[in-house]
Amino acid sequence: MTVTMVLDHLLIVVLAVLCTIVVGVPVGICAYCFPLVRKPILWAVEVLQTIPVLALLGIIMVFLGGGKPTVILGLLLYSLLPVVLNTYVGLSEVDPVLKEVSTGMGMTRRNRLLLVELPLAFPLIFTGIRIATVTAIGVAVFAASVGGGGLGGIITRGIKTGDMPQIIGGTLVLMAMAVGFDMGMAWIERRMKEQRMKRSTPEQKKGMEEV
Amino acid sequence: MIRFENVRKSYGDKQVLKGISFHIDEGELAVLIGPSGCGKTTTLKTINRLIEPDEGRIYIGNEDIATTDPVKLRRNIGYVIQQIGLFPNMNVEQNICVVPHLLKYEKRKMRERTHELLEMVGMPYDEYAHKYPHELSGGQQQRIGVLRALAASPPVVLMDEPFGALDPVTRATLQDEVRNLQKKLKKTIVFVTHDMNEALNMADKIIFMEQGEIVQMAPPGEMLEHPASDLIRSFMGKRSIAEQAMPQTAADFLRQNVSTTYIDARIRESVELMARRNVDTLVVMNRDETYAGIVSIADINRMEKGSTIQTVEPLLRQSNPVSYVDEDAHVCFEKLLSGDANYVVVLRHDNTLAGIVTKTSIAKALADAVWGDTV
Amino acid sequence: MILHFLELYWRRIVTAFGVHLVYVLVSVAIAFVIALALGILLSRMPRWANVILPVLSVLQTIPGIVFIGVLFLYNGMVPSTVIFALATYAVFPILKNTFVGLIEVPAHYKEAAQGCGMSPLQVLWHIELPLAMPVIFSGLRMSTVYTVSWAVLAAMIGLGGLGDLIYSGISSNNNMLTLAGAIPAAVMAMLLSWVIELLRRRVIPRSLRRDAS
Repeated sequence: MTVTMVLDHLLIVVLAVLCTIVVGVPVGICAYCFPLVRKPILWAVEVLQTIPVLALLGIIMVFLGGGKPTVILGLLLYSLLPVVLNTYVGLSEVDPVLKEVSTGMGMTRRNRLLLVELPLAFPLIFTGIRIATVTAIGVAVFAASVGGGGLGGIITRGIKTGDMPQIIGGTLVLMAMAVGFDMGMAWIERRMKEQRMKRSTPEQKKGMEEV
Repeated sequence: MIRFENVRKSYGDKQVLKGISFHIDEGELAVLIGPSGCGKTTTLKTINRLIEPDEGRIYIGNEDIATTDPVKLRRNIGYVIQQIGLFPNMNVEQNICVVPHLLKYEKRKMRERTHELLEMVGMPYDEYAHKYPHELSGGQQQRIGVLRALAASPPVVLMDEPFGALDPVTRATLQDEVRNLQKKLKKTIVFVTHDMNEALNMADKIIFMEQGEIVQMAPPGEMLEHPASDLIRSFMGKRSIAEQAMPQTAADFLRQNVSTTYIDARIRESVELMARRNVDTLVVMNRDETYAGIVSIADINRMEKGSTIQTVEPLLRQSNPVSYVDEDAHVCFEKLLSGDANYVVVLRHDNTLAGIVTKTSIAKALADAVWGDTV
Repeated sequence: MILHFLELYWRRIVTAFGVHLVYVLVSVAIAFVIALALGILLSRMPRWANVILPVLSVLQTIPGIVFIGVLFLYNGMVPSTVIFALATYAVFPILKNTFVGLIEVPAHYKEAAQGCGMSPLQVLWHIELPLAMPVIFSGLRMSTVYTVSWAVLAAMIGLGGLGDLIYSGISSNNNMLTLAGAIPAAVMAMLLSWVIELLRRRVIPRSLRRDAS
């Protein structure tokens, strides 16, 4: 096992997660903004996750051949669900009072989305990204099977040759990576949620309950 | 300024607005009041097109609002709601500047505007501009809510039960503040409430609605004296006010904690006192405790730069209405309702100050008489 | 061409589907029983749960491939290796949801039940479990979908299932073969997920049906 392999693994994961965000957040926004496509979108991302990863990679390989692009696309499709779903739910759960008052003040749909809804939905979207990241780290192990490199290679080889130290080493690094990302991002998330909790004041809450 | 012509709205079979027509003059504060479900909020929301009527026309100025772009229209109309609805992700300054930001004001201009507006409600810029809504009390939040509606200087402001969720003391203060702001800025305000005291206290014109129709439209005094229906009468008290053992003289309506100063007080001190007490005028006494007149912040501000005036004496005005404690309450009200003064100064017979009568204190005394001690 | 392919492979596909399904059903069933028991146990001592749940979630990050691989090295190429590995992975989502579902039953129901003279076991059986069932079933559904996916790994150690087709397809660059494994696996996951969703709706106490998610 070399540092290169670890970095390789990280690279795959980071690229895949970035792509997932770039695709998933807009798709989630579409699901929120256009009721007509909402069901198809949410259904599609859920179905994508029921396909076994290895099969998904195999299918993509049919079109893209082996290598990193296949792995990244596979991870992207597989990680869409948490990002899309959380974007959609986060936007839907923004207080309807704020939505109405934004419109009443003369915001266009776009103003409202950018200035009010997305900032308020952000903590939940971030949770989705965290889940996607941690999943991607584990799933990227399969990259080796389709020639994408990463830590999967060591582990598969270890299993084939019965080389215990190699298996355990690879696994520990992988676990450390997953736990590290999970804890780091959970910490950021908690900070955001604390701020958010503070920002919805008792007075305001009371006002809203009374309505 | 605002004119409704035969406006109708139905949801399914239910007629919410049954062809209402009225007009509100420029600079007028009109209160829409009535039992819940009478259509008052619907009426309000048709003005900024959050609700589109099925029939009829609504004009602001000479323009039929149905032909305008709703986004442009709304940016020209202030909007204040009961739930306040400050954006929790923005600080006070950002909240106030939402509409100016949408209208692409310069940064510097927005800052100045925030400064100026916060000053008007006695919330210093340095202390408050960068706070977040959760760091403010309910009353302060709604002050910001009002300022946010005023920020881009819209000629028309809509207020949907803006003080409904506030405690009675805060509510009374905010009523006075909004009334003062309105007088000062000459806004046309449409104000929805279900609280008759609030309506009597604030309105130039009260529009009473019931089941989607206008039952009576009159200034507060007239509505008090000649309620058009039993429902309106019951809104103002269980029985007719005339039948009550009503308070009779000016003394019954007194507010006693009045901000006063002496005739030889320095101007600077007086300004500080006004700022601290959050008032626009002070009642000025001679050193022998007799009444001398009033001094207002407007007059002080109007002073020329480098003026040598040191005390408030040269700025005194005696034009404010004055009553004596045993004067008939009705006469006292007339004085209050007919002029632009915010209060009547009430004196004892030796010309010392007994207190003042404000619209709020009238409403409160009436409420006490009708329902027993309220708050 | 597709017909020709199916004619050639249908037996193999059906067998693989059957084997795959057996792996999934057996391991999820085992996991369900274990997870339910552990979940109930943990909900009686929430303080322990604060330690045990995070530890389990860390263990959860061990890739399935490693777990099956290591077990294979010790236990050999027998179906119990696969079942044991899959069941282990399936436990966690059910366990977590059981625990959360039970903990979140509003206290006033439990108090009311105690007030009626129910024993702790009766409270659990008549009040807590029924109210927590919808949440538990969500966990079960998640576990099942994952298990269908993980069961592909059985083929890695030569134990058949749909993974067999996928692996052969990938290594021989036979796209049809890959799809022949992938599509039935996806269909199986969706079908099972759908069945469990139906069951979940059945177990929601009638009074809660409107607002339960």
